[in-house]
This record gives sequence, structure tokens and C-alpha cells, in this order.
Amino acid sequence: MSDESTVKDSDAPQFFEKRKPLWIAFFDYFGNRTLSLNNNLGAMAIFFFRSFFMMFRLKTIPNIIEQVYFIGAKSVQIVLLVAFFTGMVLGLQLYFVLVKFGSVGVLGTAIALTLIREMGPVLAAIMITARAGSAMTAEIGIQRISEQIDALSTMRIDPLGYLISPRIAAAIISFPILTAFFDLIGIIGAWFSACLLLGVNSGSYFYRVVSSTEIDDITGGFTKSIVFGLLVVTICCFQGYFTHMRTDSFGSKSVSLSTTSAVVISCVMILISDYVVTSFIV
Amino acid sequence: MDAKREPLIEFKGVSKTFGTRNILNCIDLSVYEGEVTTLIGLSGTGKSVTLKHIIGMLKPDEGQILYRGKPIDKMSKKEWNDYIGQISYMFQNNALFDSMTVFENVAMPLKYTTKLKKGEIEHKAMARIEQTELTEVADKYPSEISGGMQKRAALARALVTDPSIVLFDEPTTGQDPIRKNAILSMVAEYQKRFGFTALLISHEIPDVYFISNRILALYDKKIVFQGTPEEFENYDHPFRQELIGSLENLQEELTGLYSKRHFKVRYQSDLSQRHPDATYAAAVFTLEEMDTIQENLGHDAAQQIIRALGSYINKHFGAVGGFSSRQTINEYATVLPYSDIEEARRIMEDFTRDFKTNALPELEMLITNDTSSDDSVEINILAGLAQGKPQIEIESVMEFARFNQEPIAKFMCQSGGKK
Repeated sequence: MSDESTVKDSDAPQFFEKRKPLWIAFFDYFGNRTLSLNNNLGAMAIFFFRSFFMMFRLKTIPNIIEQVYFIGAKSVQIVLLVAFFTGMVLGLQLYFVLVKFGSVGVLGTAIALTLIREMGPVLAAIMITARAGSAMTAEIGIQRISEQIDALSTMRIDPLGYLISPRIAAAIISFPILTAFFDLIGIIGAWFSACLLLGVNSGSYFYRVVSSTEIDDITGGFTKSIVFGLLVVTICCFQGYFTHMRTDSFGSKSVSLSTTSAVVISCVMILISDYVVTSFIV
Repeated sequence: MDAKREPLIEFKGVSKTFGTRNILNCIDLSVYEGEVTTLIGLSGTGKSVTLKHIIGMLKPDEGQILYRGKPIDKMSKKEWNDYIGQISYMFQNNALFDSMTVFENVAMPLKYTTKLKKGEIEHKAMARIEQTELTEVADKYPSEISGGMQKRAALARALVTDPSIVLFDEPTTGQDPIRKNAILSMVAEYQKRFGFTALLISHEIPDVYFISNRILALYDKKIVFQGTPEEFENYDHPFRQELIGSLENLQEELTGLYSKRHFKVRYQSDLSQRHPDATYAAAVFTLEEMDTIQENLGHDAAQQIIRALGSYINKHFGAVGGFSSRQTINEYATVLPYSDIEEARRIMEDFTRDFKTNALPELEMLITNDTSSDDSVEINILAGLAQGKPQIEIESVMEFARFNQEPIAKFMCQSGGKK
């Protein structure tokens, strides 16, 4: 064989890029992810503040009422159901723990503080996310991909003012009210399991509930619920509003993925912010 | 003439690229006030992108868009609001709010952008709904009505604020031939009535020529033609084979007759070879008072009459080697290359008899069933014959035929479908 007919390595087409060293690939990946996260957080902050300040307009009021009905009134049933069974489980578990130490008398205190300070705001927010947050993302996402949001812009109706502001206002109103319902029904659920089924004294239970709960506990719980409400509504609306910007999918698939992302991110953010807010108010 | 007039909207060297895909490459175009301008081009060539630049939904990467000579990106907030407040946009897929009724959709721009009282909003929205023949479905949701009705609801919404510029993004997509022509004539009628400037994207060639004052052709990322439909018909450019060949049907979809361009081509090929002293006959048919018919019977009814007339002309005159074309929105021309005037007169008598006996009762029934009021509209069809020679311009022969026109069919129809 002559030398001319021999295929040299340098002649071969470069089908594959030369692999980067592992450490560069590592920084490349995390660098990109960090930048993307940073951009999204910035965009979300602008999205929230622009929508928030458009809330204070007379024309928004009918839309706010409509959204309070959707986010608040229509979530009542599921929130109450979850609250009742959460209370019952708490009553059951705490009874068997406290009975070992002969401290069943503080059951009311434990239930009230657990529900009002932690479980009420967190579980109510997660349930609202599952019911109303996902629906918000899907609705806004469909409006985006069917150009309804563009149509609003062409009609000189600000889409943020029309679609997002009423939802933020409704979340600020609905989340604390639903949390209050959750706390109340949770306490009743715990009373049902502990007092009616396990024989704890009802008078002692309710006395402890009332005497151990301070106004700071209640305001702390409500503060959390408002923070959760703002987070949930911003994340869910943002995901739906920018569903067309997704690079991993298009059309209805992007709406479904945005809905999933909205629920997952909201739930994670509820838990993270719960810790952050708790650390400030404790 | 265009050089003397100031364009209402002007693109100067506008380019747009999405990612690595260049859509518009340094395009220049002008839209003049009070005219219907149609933007034509193949699918996916950036027609909607062009329209979206006007309303600020997209911003150019390079170049400027001017409104009355002022760059829109340099407008103050107030100027921008005033500018955008004059424009309505009708989306290709209608973009109706699916959770609102037709009435709510139409009333929405008034509710959120004006200070009108509830009663005034209702009155104005209902007037537009009636004008677009949607009264019966005003309380229905977009998903409960047909595609044609959705189109009209979008049109009603676009017109409810009395805009001075209306952008129509393919308003006739997905419609049947009658409805397509009804929508185009509706656009033309409203444009005349309200005097707005219309810029529409349409593939309906040649139908769209009848309503357009100017044609813009977008090809290979550039505007390659700007001018009147007549100039466009005679425009010679390499893009023509691809653009016109793919968009223009040999025969008009509504009537089954030749397009104007093919009519001229056929005229030249059939008569240029004939002896200069040979004669042929030409006929011109006119549906009188088209505007009144549209106003009183609705656009669908007017298009049904146009279609029936076209198909009967084709039936009678096509059988003896004649070829016909719709020349304007309400006028047909027929050439009988191998018939003299006497034969043409006899064919015309047969045509008239057949049209009166068979077409008129059918049309009367069809139109009366669609309408409900007791008022009636007189429909008058005129026809005229003329004799021509190959060396004489077809236009002068047709002019002579127009001069000879006399009524051949007259009938009354009940109105009420439309105010």
C-alpha cells in the first residue's frame, strides 16, 4: 500500500467535538444552571413587582372577587378535609407519645401550636397549590399558547394587570383565611380523635388550646401563609405566563410541563421559605 | 403618486432574526392611509412577523418602523399609547377568550380601555355583533360556534373600538369559498364604511385583488413588490413562478371561473393567432347595488348570488368555447372567441331563461330562509354584448359591452339577516 492511499487521523472528519476535561464540564454545567437560575429569579421578581403594583386599581376589583372565589371559596372543601384528618392523626400520634410521659394534659397545647405555627400554613398552602396553583398555570399557559395574552396586549389591556394582579390580591386574601379554617378544623379533628375516641378530657384540651396560644403564634402563622400565598401565586403564574419560553417542549406539552414545574417548585419553596420565615419570627 | 403621499406606516430596512434563523432581511414597505393593503407571501416567510412589528409585539433587530414619519421606538409613552390605541389586530387563530361568551369577547376592549357606561358598552358591542351576523350566538362560547362564526367574532372584536388601523392576519384561513369571499367583502365594506386603514395577510389570490388598493409581496425575506393589484398582475419577476404559481389557482375558488390573469393569458393565446378581420363576441354581466345587497341580505347571501351567476355563465358560455372571469367584485366578463354577436345573443337568451327558471327560485329560497325580516331588496342583474376583433383591446370591447347592458333578471329577496 502506498502512503498516499493511507487514511491519516488528521484527514478523518471531526464528527464529535473533543471532550472537555471533566472539571471544565463541571463548572460549565453548574455555571450555566446558576446563570439560568439567576435570570429566572430576576425575571420573577420583576414579574411580581409589576403585577403587585397594578393591583391597586378599581377595575381590578371584579377580577379579584372572581379569583377569591376560585382560589379561596372553591378550595375550602379540600382544605377542610385535609385539615380534619391531619388533626386526627396529630391527636392520635401525640396522645401515644405524651401518654408515655404522663403529659396528656398538654395535648391541647401541642396540637394548637403545631397547627397554628407550622402545619396549618404549610399544609393549607400545599393543598391550595395542588388545587388552584396548578389550574392557574394551566389556564394562563393555554392563554399564552393560543395568543390570548398577545390579544390582550393588542387591546391595550396589560396582561399582568388583567391576569396576574387579581390572583396576587386573591392569594393575599385567601391564604390566611384558608389557613385559619385549617387551624380550626385541625384542632377539632384532634379533639375528635383524642377526646372522643381516646378519652382525653375535652375541657382540659380546649383550655390548653386557648391558654397556650398567643397572638404572636397567630400572626406568625398568618405571616407565613401570606408569604406562601405570594410565592405560590407568583411561581404558578410565572410558569404559565412564560410557558412559550420553555426550551424543552412546545404547545400543550409545554403547558403540562409548566404545570408540573409550578407545583413542584411551589411545594419546595413553601418548605424552604417556611424554615426561613420561622427562623426570623421565632 | 406614492412618492408624493406620506405613508401612514413605513418600514425602513427592518431585519428580524430568531436565533439563527433570519426572517426579515432589511425590508422596506409603505402602508397608506385609508387603503386596503394586502401582504402576500408563501407560508412561513414572515408575514405575521411583519404585522407583529407594527403593533410592537416584536421589535426589529435593525431598521425602523415609522408612523406618520415618526419612529415608533422613539415615541413617548403618551404617543405610543395614542398610536397603539388606534390599532386593532385580528389574529390568525382568532385568539378569542375561550372562557368568555361571544358578547363578552366583543365587549372586552370597551370594558377595559374606555370609560363608557355599561349600557353604552352593551349597545356598541351588540351593534357590532349584529353587523357581523352573530346575534343568535352572542351568549355562546367560542368552542360552541363554527370556525366561520369565530372568525366573525374576532372581526367584531377588532372593530368594536372603531380603530383607524386594522391588521388582519389571514382572516380567511379555514373558510369555505363563500365564507372566504364574504369575509373579504366584509373587510372591504367596513373599510369603506368606517374609513380605517387595513393591512391584511391573505393567500386568497385572486379574490383578494378585488378588495385591495395595494399589494405587497414578501419573498425571500424581502418585499419584492409594492403596487396596485393591476401592476402586480403584470409584474415580471423570478419569484412569480414560485409565489403566484403556488398561491393562485387557475380558476377562482368561489365561481370556478378563470382568474383575471389567466383570462388575459387565454384571450391572448386564443385570439392572437386569429385573422385580424375575424370577429368574436364578448359579454359583461353586472350584479347591481352590491353594497345594498350586502348591507340588507348579508355578505353570505351576496356571495351566493355571485357564485350562482358565475356557475350559470360558465355552464352556458363555456359549452361553446367561451371563457369567463370575475373582473371586479360584482362584474363578470365572458369572451366567446368562435361566436359572432348573433350566436352570442341566442346563447344569452338561453342563459337568461335558464337563470330565471332554475337559479332564481333556488336563490330566493336560500336567501329568504337565512333571513327573517319582512323588508325586501331588489336584485338586478345586467348583461351586455359587444363584438370585437383580435386587434382591438379587450378593455374597449368590454367597455362597449358595458354600454350595451340591460336588465336580464330581477328578483326580490327578504332582508333582515343584517342591519
